Amino acid sequence: MLADKDRIFQNLYGYGDAGLKGARARGAWDNTKGLIDKGKDWIINEMKASGLRGRGGAGFPTGLKWSFMPKPDPARPSYLVVNADESEPGTCKDREIMRNDPHLLIEGCLIASFAMGAHAAYIYVRGEYIAEREALQRAVDEAYAANLIGKNNIHGWPFDLYVHHGAGAYICGEETALLESLEGKKGQPRLKPPFPANMGLYGCPTTVNNVESIAVAPTILRRGADWFSSFGAKNNAGTKLFCISGHVNRPCNVEEAMSIPFRELIDTHCGGVRGGWDNLLAVIPGGSSVRCVPADQIIDCPMDFDSLSKLRSGLGTAAVIVMDKSTDIIRAIARLSHFYKHESCGQCTPCREGTGWMWRVMERMVEGRAHKREIDMLLDVSKQIEGHTICALGDAAAWPIQGLITHFRPEIEKRIDAYTARAAHEPEIKRTAAE
Amino acid sequence: MSVRRLAENQPASFEFTAQNKAWLEKQIAKYPDGRQASAVIPALWQAQKQNDYWLPKAAIEKVAAMLDMPVIRVMEVATFYTMFNLEPVGKYFIQMCGTTPCMLRGSDEIKAVLERRVGEQRHVTADGLFSWLEVECLGACCNAPMVQINDDYYEDLTPQNFERLLDDLAAGRPVKKGSQAGRVTSEPGPRSLTSLQSFYGADGISGPLSDPARK
Repeated sequence: MLADKDRIFQNLYGYGDAGLKGARARGAWDNTKGLIDKGKDWIINEMKASGLRGRGGAGFPTGLKWSFMPKPDPARPSYLVVNADESEPGTCKDREIMRNDPHLLIEGCLIASFAMGAHAAYIYVRGEYIAEREALQRAVDEAYAANLIGKNNIHGWPFDLYVHHGAGAYICGEETALLESLEGKKGQPRLKPPFPANMGLYGCPTTVNNVESIAVAPTILRRGADWFSSFGAKNNAGTKLFCISGHVNRPCNVEEAMSIPFRELIDTHCGGVRGGWDNLLAVIPGGSSVRCVPADQIIDCPMDFDSLSKLRSGLGTAAVIVMDKSTDIIRAIARLSHFYKHESCGQCTPCREGTGWMWRVMERMVEGRAHKREIDMLLDVSKQIEGHTICALGDAAAWPIQGLITHFRPEIEKRIDAYTARAAHEPEIKRTAAE
Repeated sequence: MSVRRLAENQPASFEFTAQNKAWLEKQIAKYPDGRQASAVIPALWQAQKQNDYWLPKAAIEKVAAMLDMPVIRVMEVATFYTMFNLEPVGKYFIQMCGTTPCMLRGSDEIKAVLERRVGEQRHVTADGLFSWLEVECLGACCNAPMVQINDDYYEDLTPQNFERLLDDLAAGRPVKKGSQAGRVTSEPGPRSLTSLQSFYGADGISGPLSDPARK
């Protein structure tokens, strides 16, 4: 288990003071000036050496992302935008950072902005997080009052930080949709290229980072890249917030070392799986957008990007959704299909029409009111959507269904058989044509 | 996508209070010159809060005029983002999360309570106190099942504590926000920390940082 001294988020659960005084007692804002005085090249190199991969789901190396920003140009100011539109089902880690350890995030914003030559940063908080937004705003006001950020702050890098919010659209977690939303439009993703590093917010160079990626930066720089990269397997460095929900005895958020085996994670922090390990059915290890993994494959799997992608799943946001054998797995995935149908922005036809189509077929699969050949048709349609849309929401809608069919096809077939058998004996059950 | 239309019965006019106007000016100042459109979501949100948590057409037009935007652009925003209620809601507007992590922890039972006590989705009770809507993941999955009532989250629900919560709201009694099961946030359980014990102590409370002398 990760030792307490190696935890970055020391007030994760809000037992201590979230304000500036408490944050300072835990080490935030300690010698920030010293870090900035070492220069932007040192910061970016240190971030690269730490092996930090973006915590928003895609796992892109953070230091490398920062280095993509072009040289400062007075006509086109650079921006840092922090993605706090945490809406991936299963994920609730950024919320705890914003309300319990906001100063780590604010300090990270200053350092990251300095490293990429930005004098302004926006934090885009999802609309529903009202208390979290207010907590973050309180911390920003405190930081301004203490002159830690602002035009003439004590760190010598003029920097303004603004808290912005959305109004309930999952798609705004996609970085270019977030930028559209921040510009006051519908949150519909942009075609790339141009990438945000060249044409982002207001057409200016912009880097969009997840809350956790930014909030861990100051501690990494203070304690050194070697310290951070000493956790986790090669290419999967660091500590990570895991959000464990579903059928465990004590669902919780917890910071752990990357590559911790699934069983150890659940036994140590969640009191085990409800009903014991034999009762485990499947796990969605990285938020709703990744494929589910059946029990026998996940139990001893290290929880990191590479190990989980070998299982054709992914670490995503490390939102671990645990399902025991009481779960109606078909219904659990059908509910996710409803989620994607509801959250599709409507821009690309395969996604707008396909998510609704897949959801309707999934609803019939839940009842068993389907033909077995429709399982392959569903799989085929999901592959028509995957990769044929501007953003990854189409992929994200397809993968859970693909995972279900890969691992639980017998379950679907069993239900179809049961329905057909009932239909033969119960005349009131009508067989209807497929849509 | 969800189809969203404006309500049929619309008030004739909408005007921001002086306080909200001043607030909006401060919001616009966050964005570079000429980018006042960025403030459209906060402006609509404030309008909705001022108007009993729903957004009339007049408010959409007002915001468009104040931000120097074409009305259709603001209309697009108002109909795209699902937190804008385009029709009246109850005094306590309950958004129940029904996405898979909450479903696994028993949101069906919470839904049954709402259907029994409040009725169909979007229906406002005769006393005007409650209306509800099943929404998608609200991002409190470690505290599932949960609902958001107006601005606040109520977590770790069971049918029993949720009924009690609704009773208290209906009677105007004060209620506790957040976890209804005694958790502070999303720690493994009340008084059962598995990490950060050296900061807060194994009981979760009496660690060095909780020492009043250090606060």
